[in-house]
Amino acid sequence: MSYPEKYKYTREHEWVEIAGNVGTVGITDYAQNSLGDIVFVDAPKVGTKVEKGAVFGSVESVKAVSDLYSPVTGTVTEVNAELASSPEKINSDAHGSWIIKVELSDPGEVGTLLPAADYEKFIAEETGK
Amino acid sequence: MRYLPKSDAERAAMLKEIGFSSIDGLFTAIPEEYRLTRDLKVPRQMGESEIIDYFKAAAAKNANGYASFLGAGAYRHYRPVVIDSLVQRGEFLTSYTPYQAEITQGTLQAIFEFQTMICELTGMDIANASMYDGSTGAAEAVMMAVRVTGRDNVLVARSVHPEYREVMHTYAQHQGHDASEVAYGQDGRIDLAALEQSVTEETACVLVQSPNFFGVIEDIPAIAEIAHRKGALLIVSIAEAVSLGIVRPPVEADIVSMEAQSFGVALSYGGPYCGVLAAKEKYLRQMPGRLVGETKDTAGRRGFVLTLSTREQHIRREKATSNICTNQALVALMTTIFLTVYGKQGMRELALQNLAKAKYAADTLGAQGKLLFPQTRRFHEFVLQTDEDPEQLNARLLEKKIIGGLDLRKWYPELGNATLWCATELTTKDQIDAAAGVLAETPVAAEVR
Amino acid sequence: MAAKNGFTGTTRKVTAHLTQNEGLSFEKSSPGKRGYKLAPLDVPEVDPAALLGKAHRSRNAELPELSEIEIIRHFTRLSTWNYAIDLGMYPLGSCTMKYNPRVNEFVSRLEGIAEAHPYQPESLSQGALEIVKLLQDCLIEITGMDAITLQPAAGAHGEFTGILLARAYHQSKGNPRKTVIIPDSAHGTNPATAATCGYQVVNLKSNSMGGVDVSALARMVNEDTAALMLTNPSTIGVFENEIHRIADVLHDKGALLYMDGANMNALVGKTRPGDFGVDVMHLNLHKTFSTPHGGGGPGSGPVASKKILEPFLPAPVVAHGADGLLHWSYDRPQSVGRVRMLYGNFGMFVRALAYTLANGPDGLRQTTEDAVLNANYIRKKLEDIYELPYNTPSMHEVVFSDKRQTKNGVKTGDIAKRLIDYGFHPYTTSFPLIVPGALMIEPTESESREELDLFVDAMRQIAREVEENPELVITAPHSTRISRLDETTAARKPVLRWHGPPADDGVEVDTAAKEW
Repeated sequence: MSYPEKYKYTREHEWVEIAGNVGTVGITDYAQNSLGDIVFVDAPKVGTKVEKGAVFGSVESVKAVSDLYSPVTGTVTEVNAELASSPEKINSDAHGSWIIKVELSDPGEVGTLLPAADYEKFIAEETGK
Repeated sequence: MRYLPKSDAERAAMLKEIGFSSIDGLFTAIPEEYRLTRDLKVPRQMGESEIIDYFKAAAAKNANGYASFLGAGAYRHYRPVVIDSLVQRGEFLTSYTPYQAEITQGTLQAIFEFQTMICELTGMDIANASMYDGSTGAAEAVMMAVRVTGRDNVLVARSVHPEYREVMHTYAQHQGHDASEVAYGQDGRIDLAALEQSVTEETACVLVQSPNFFGVIEDIPAIAEIAHRKGALLIVSIAEAVSLGIVRPPVEADIVSMEAQSFGVALSYGGPYCGVLAAKEKYLRQMPGRLVGETKDTAGRRGFVLTLSTREQHIRREKATSNICTNQALVALMTTIFLTVYGKQGMRELALQNLAKAKYAADTLGAQGKLLFPQTRRFHEFVLQTDEDPEQLNARLLEKKIIGGLDLRKWYPELGNATLWCATELTTKDQIDAAAGVLAETPVAAEVR
Repeated sequence: MAAKNGFTGTTRKVTAHLTQNEGLSFEKSSPGKRGYKLAPLDVPEVDPAALLGKAHRSRNAELPELSEIEIIRHFTRLSTWNYAIDLGMYPLGSCTMKYNPRVNEFVSRLEGIAEAHPYQPESLSQGALEIVKLLQDCLIEITGMDAITLQPAAGAHGEFTGILLARAYHQSKGNPRKTVIIPDSAHGTNPATAATCGYQVVNLKSNSMGGVDVSALARMVNEDTAALMLTNPSTIGVFENEIHRIADVLHDKGALLYMDGANMNALVGKTRPGDFGVDVMHLNLHKTFSTPHGGGGPGSGPVASKKILEPFLPAPVVAHGADGLLHWSYDRPQSVGRVRMLYGNFGMFVRALAYTLANGPDGLRQTTEDAVLNANYIRKKLEDIYELPYNTPSMHEVVFSDKRQTKNGVKTGDIAKRLIDYGFHPYTTSFPLIVPGALMIEPTESESREELDLFVDAMRQIAREVEENPELVITAPHSTRISRLDETTAARKPVLRWHGPPADDGVEVDTAAKEW
C-alpha cells in the first residue's frame, strides 16, 4: 500500500491533509485493515474543539473499537455525513474517506507529524515485531 | 463425591501421566504459609435426601397456606407449568451466553422473540436482552439519559418505588447526577405543577413509575410534554408488567425500564427477577446490555447473533455503556414462554381479571377503612388508611392466615396508618371477604369477643 | 487418520443428526389459537374502558397466538439447537462451566421457597433467612473474610459493590482517593466498574510471566490509589505467588486489595483470599458454586470483606435479634446504600447452598484438586503442538496462543470454530488481551478422563488439519445448522425485532405501535 505523499501521519494511524488553514483528517489503510469491517464512526459535532493528541471520537468494527486521536488543534468545521450511513467506505478507501475537517488554530504544529516515508517505516517496524 | 467423574485410581494414573507423584505438586505456586491444612468449617457432606430434607424444613418455616395481599414491586401471578418443563431442559438451563452463534441459535432466537414482545407491549422501538431487575434497570436508564443529553440534573417522582429510588441514589452518587425528588399530589400521581417548576434546560430526565408505587396510573402524555419542552428525556419505570395487557403503553417515553417478574417468574423471596430496558430507536448506541440482531449466514439462511457488542464491557472496558456481563437470560426465557402462552388475547384477559379483582377488593376493603386516591385510575394495587395501626391490623389478619397490605409508614409517614394492598387473578373473593371481615372487627370488639 | 464418509478426524464425540426447523413464534401465530385458560371470575366483571378512561389500552400488543403443543414444540425445537454442559464439555476459560446439579433445581422450586414474597413478615420468613445466614457463613469461611453481602446480582454488580465499599471506607478516613489500578490482563468488567464508581483507571502492565510486576506496582501506588483490582489466579491461570508483597505494597499507602473471585475454582478448600491479604472480593455463584448459566444468567455476585469494611455493607444485613429470630437490619448508618431492591438473587442462594451441602469440606477440596488436575492434564497433552506463552505453572485453566498456527493463516478463532465440528463448545478466544491469539481453556472438575481425551484428540487433530488442510479450519464450522453469520451487517444495519405483518389485522406493525 502506498501512503499519499501529500498527507501527514500520526503514530495512532490518522492522516491529515493540510490546505491553507484547514486540516482534513481520516484514518490510514493500515488502521482500517487492523479493525476489520467498520460498522460505526463516532464523530464529533461541528463546532467542537479538538486538540492535537487528544481523543476526538472513535471507529468501531464488529469486535473492536479504536479511539481517534486528533493530529491537529482547532475547531471542527465539517463532518463527513456519508460515513453515518456507509461507514464501510473507510474500508474500501481509507485515504479517500475523510472523517472531519478542522480549522487550524496553530498551522505550525503539523511540523512534528510524520511524512509518508516515516510512517511507512513505522508500520514496517510494528508489523515486523 | 458424586459430581466428580473420576475414581481415585484414575486420578493417580492421570497425575503419573503428567509427571506428578501427588496432587500437592500442582499447588506449589501457593506460598506454604497460605495453604490450608485443615478442613473448611462448613457442614459435612450430605446425601441427596438429606439436602432435600434440609430445604423442606426451611421451606416449612416460611409462610405456607396464607392468603396474601402483598405486591409492591413483586407480584403473585399464576405460572403456567410449561415454563418450568421447558426451562429445565438442559439445553436451556446449562447453556452459556450465546457468543458462539452457530451453536446457540435456540437461545438467540428466543431472546429475539423476547425483544420483539417487549417492544410490542411497551410501544418502544428497541429492547435489550434483560438487565438484573427493575431497580437496577431504572438506575441504568438514568445513566443512559445522562449520556444521551450530556446533562446531569435528574428528577424522580416520589411515587416511584422507594427501593428503586435508593438504588438510583447508590448508582448516581459518584457520577455527579444524583436525583431530586418531585412530590406527588392529592390524587396520588406526580404533582405536575411541581414538576413543571423543577424541569430546566439542565434536566437530563424525568423518571416516573406507572402504575406507581401507590398503584395509580400516571398521566404519561402530560408528563412527557413537560419534560420534552425543555429537552429532557422521559423515563417510565414499570414494576407491574401485567398492567400492559390493559393499560395504554407509555409511547411518549424515550426509555422504558420494566420489571418483568410478573411474566411467569417465581417470587422466590426477592430474586432472581427480570429487568428490561426498551427505548426509541435513536438511543440504540447508548443502550446497555446485550442485544440480539437478525442476520444471514454465508448460505443466506436467517440466523440470530449478539450484536453491537462494542458498547459492552468486554470490548469497551472503562468506556462501556455499563459494566453488565451476566444478565438474567433464563428468567427472560421464562417471561418469553409466559407471553407466548397468554399471547395477544390472553394478556388482555389476564390484566382484566386483575383489574376486576382489585376493584372488588378496593370496594370491599375500602368500606372498612379509607381508600386513598379514590378517584384516580389504578391497576391492581391501592392504599388503605385505617384508624388501627398497620402492625396491629396485620397481626390480627395473620391470626386468620391472611398477610395484609404492606405497611407504608417507614416510607410515607405523612400518609399515617396506611397499607398498600394488591389483588391479582389468584386472589379469591373469599379471601377478600375474609380480610374485610377482620378489618370490620375493631380491636376493642375483638377483645370483647 | 483416514477420512471416513468424507468426515476428517475422530467421529467418536458427534455424528450428524436431523434437527427440526422452527420459525419465529410470530410466524406460526394465527388469530383464535390459544394456549391458556383462566379460571372464571368470582368477582363482578368490570368495564376496562370505563374504569381506565384515557389510560385504557385500545389495541392489544401483537403477541403470538399459539396452542400449548405448538409452544412446547417451538421451544423444544429451539433448545435442540443449543450446546450445553449437559451435552458435553465447555472449555471456556474463566467461566467455570461445571455441572449444574439437579437437586439445586428441585429445592429452589419447593413451594415455601419459590412462593415466598420478599415483603412477607419476618416471622414467616425464618426459613429464607436461615438459608441466607447459612450460605453467608459458608462463604465467609471459604473466603477467609469477616463479612459478606449477597445483594449483588452478578459478578460485575459485585465488583461495583466492592469498589463502592472501598470508596466509603476511604471517605470515612477523610480522602475518597482518585484511582483504581487494574492489570491489563483483567476482565473487561473491572475497568468498566471502576469508572461507574467515579474512579480513574490506571493500567498496570503485566510482567513477563503474565503476573503483577510488583516493583512497577510499588512505583504506581500512592495516596491517590483507592485499590488494586486483582484476579487471582490471574486470567492466564497463574497464582500470584508474590500476593503478600502485593498486599503489603497497597496497605503501606492505605490502599485496598480487591480480588475478582472469578477464578475461585482453583482455590476453594486449598487457600483463602482473606488469609493472603485480600480486603474485599466478589464471588460468582454461577461459576464456582454451580448455579446454572441459563444462556447468560441469572448469576449472583456476593461480596465478602474484612471487618474494616463491614459498616459500609449494603443494607439490609441479616442478624439474630434479641428474640432469637433472624431479622433484616436496616439500621446501618454508614451503609453504601442498596445496589438493588430486596435481598439479592435468593433462588441462586438456594442452589449455591445445596451445592455446598452436597460437597461438604472434603467434596469442596476434591473439586478444586480435580479442576487443577484436569487443566494440567490438558496442558501436558497439548503443549507440544500449541504454544505456551508463559511457562509458569497453571492452576485451573491453561492459556495457549495460536502462534504456531498463524503461519498457515489460521487464527485462534478459526480453531475454535473447527472445535465445534468435533462436538465441543469453543474455548475462550482472544482473551486475556495480554496474550495475542489466545486459547484460554478451563475444563473444570466436571470432566471425566474420557471427555478430556476426546477434547485432546480433537485439538490434536485440528492442529494436523492446520498443517495439511488449513482451509478446512478457516471456513469451519461445517456441521452446524447455521454457518458463520454476517456480524458486520448485523452491526451496520441492526434488526432487533421482528417486523413481519400481524395475522389478519390489515395494519402494519410498524405503524400500529404509534397508534394507541
